[in-house]
Amino acid sequence: MGASSTLSNDKLKWMYTQMCRIREFEERVKRTFVEHPGVIRGHAHLGDGAEASIVGSLATRQENDLVMPSYRCHGYPLVLGTPAKALMAEIYQRKTGICKGFGGSMHLADPAHHFPTASGIIGQGIAHAAGAAYAAQVKKTGQVVYSFFGDGSSKQGAFFETLNMAAVWKLPVVFVLENNEYQAYTHIKLEDANAIAGDPLSQKAKAFSIPGVTVDGTDPLKVYDVVSEAAERARAGKGPSLIESKFYRFSPHGNAITVPPVPTQFQEHEAIEVYGNKAEFEAAKANDPIKKFRTHLIGAGVLNDAEARKIEDFVRSEMDEVVKFALESPLPAPEDALNYVYA
Amino acid sequence: MAREMMFAEAIAVAITEEMQRDPSVVFYGQNMAMTDRDPFVRKFGKDRVRITPISETAELGIAVGAAMNGLRPIVELYMAEFMLVAFDEVINEAPRLRYMSGGQVKVPCVFKAGFGFAAGWAGQHSNCTYHAMMGIPGLKVAVPSTSADAMGLMRAAIRDDNPVVYLHHYMLTIDKGSVPEGEHIVPFGVADVKREGTDVTIVATAWMVKKSLAAAEILAKEGISAEVVDPRTLAPLDVDTIVQSVKKTGRLVLVDQAPRHASAAAVIAGEVAERGFEYLKAPVKMVTALDTSIPYSEPMEKFVLPSEEKIVNAVKSVLTRQAAAV
Repeated sequence: MGASSTLSNDKLKWMYTQMCRIREFEERVKRTFVEHPGVIRGHAHLGDGAEASIVGSLATRQENDLVMPSYRCHGYPLVLGTPAKALMAEIYQRKTGICKGFGGSMHLADPAHHFPTASGIIGQGIAHAAGAAYAAQVKKTGQVVYSFFGDGSSKQGAFFETLNMAAVWKLPVVFVLENNEYQAYTHIKLEDANAIAGDPLSQKAKAFSIPGVTVDGTDPLKVYDVVSEAAERARAGKGPSLIESKFYRFSPHGNAITVPPVPTQFQEHEAIEVYGNKAEFEAAKANDPIKKFRTHLIGAGVLNDAEARKIEDFVRSEMDEVVKFALESPLPAPEDALNYVYA
Repeated sequence: MAREMMFAEAIAVAITEEMQRDPSVVFYGQNMAMTDRDPFVRKFGKDRVRITPISETAELGIAVGAAMNGLRPIVELYMAEFMLVAFDEVINEAPRLRYMSGGQVKVPCVFKAGFGFAAGWAGQHSNCTYHAMMGIPGLKVAVPSTSADAMGLMRAAIRDDNPVVYLHHYMLTIDKGSVPEGEHIVPFGVADVKREGTDVTIVATAWMVKKSLAAAEILAKEGISAEVVDPRTLAPLDVDTIVQSVKKTGRLVLVDQAPRHASAAAVIAGEVAERGFEYLKAPVKMVTALDTSIPYSEPMEKFVLPSEEKIVNAVKSVLTRQAAAV
């Protein structure tokens, strides 16, 4: 019996709400490129499709646990309590953004809500998460650090070095490898020896003699089960674990890379755009984690259809306000750029 | 009251005393703290003093993450070149995260490494890589030349809330110097006039300060009074003190162990050209390594690197405005 069987109805409803909030937020970011071109600059990466994996993981947290995702970071602070307005405003380059316009989509940060920073360099944040866990260990804070990264980063030196050191030092960290089978435009079977051999990526844990488990990342309760076990292990001083959470991202890697003045948008997923595999994409869409969880909760009597629709309406109107706030917020003063170089 | 200390000892004392003062300071690296008999392990225990595998990216990345969660890590890297393996963490992570977060986090850490080991360590272990670090906003770089400065700058580096690259020159390791008693701290961004003079300003760092002072002695016997200015930190860089010295002497020789276009000398020359042009009575002269990797065999190694003789010739050339073969 997994730990998720003890979740209260309130917690389950909260989980469903957070999953909807992530999806709606990401949809609004995507729509901004069409409805308000130029408002979002550079490169934005969306987590639509990751909702069950994100929420299922974060639902296992204790109050002071830290969360360190990659640059595909919008969903995590939404769940942690960062005001969605501040997140959207940051992505919209505004002074009212959570980073005052200094970071943008890839570099959101809210240490007050246990989300210190995100790095835009694939894989490097894995080491930062282990470092935060080392501090927790030395200072005996009882914190666990959740490190989220994609399958693409699991070939980076930082992944191997960090997991080894975390294992040797028995650091209180949970490594969640989010396997959506695409690294930017590259399919995993072009670049991962385990995947090519038909082996799960969780097998990489064997290189460090730590537990490795693969989970269906489209089911928030299954994710909750394995992540809470890993978090308990970490909290008990037994060291790190590797969780391979499998799901599909519904958007391409990021908005198309263009050079101004060429406008940019989100195009089709790489499955279609690069590999011509529409069937794979359609199958993944049909396996939408939010639809599945909704059905499950109604079937389990946690929600009825009207209550679910009420949540969905609430989320939509929340995000209406969020976009309005961000659009109406001022840009930073140009000379603000001189702040925060040194502490 | 001063005490005589070896350069390396002064650094170790600074680390020890700062670790005693502040329990959030931790110290780790490869090939250190191997056993419980290690003096740092005996004093501070195995939480705060650790051995790491050969994993520079993880070592430096862990320092960055630990610094964001309340520790003040010192990473022992031994050689500046080993930082190159993990250069993303040095250049594009540690100094960027505070800024990108809009000032919400700070990353107090010290990356400690020896450098410039011109004693037959050859192409990959004898370099001066500070040029690549000194221009990165958010990153500080310390390059002491004396035991007193080594101690003072290490204390300042540990107490600094920013990431610091602390580079200690290998050829100075066992040099003895006078160190003030008590909590001696050297602030970053303050150059030091190591020898006063009137005819020429020599700007030098680390081991080159020692060579410049020796050259100044030789020049003094010929009636030439050389002022030797030691920036002590390359980032922040005290250009004002250098310009004030050039205002006094009118002539500038820059001595740097790095090759010409990868030298701090070239950066400082540019600053003086912009801010002190009116004071110059002659073009500046740079005495740097020649454009080769550092060769193993001694006569070749000596040929490539700056020497007292090359410095003396460079000073004479700016005094006579003749292009001397240096």
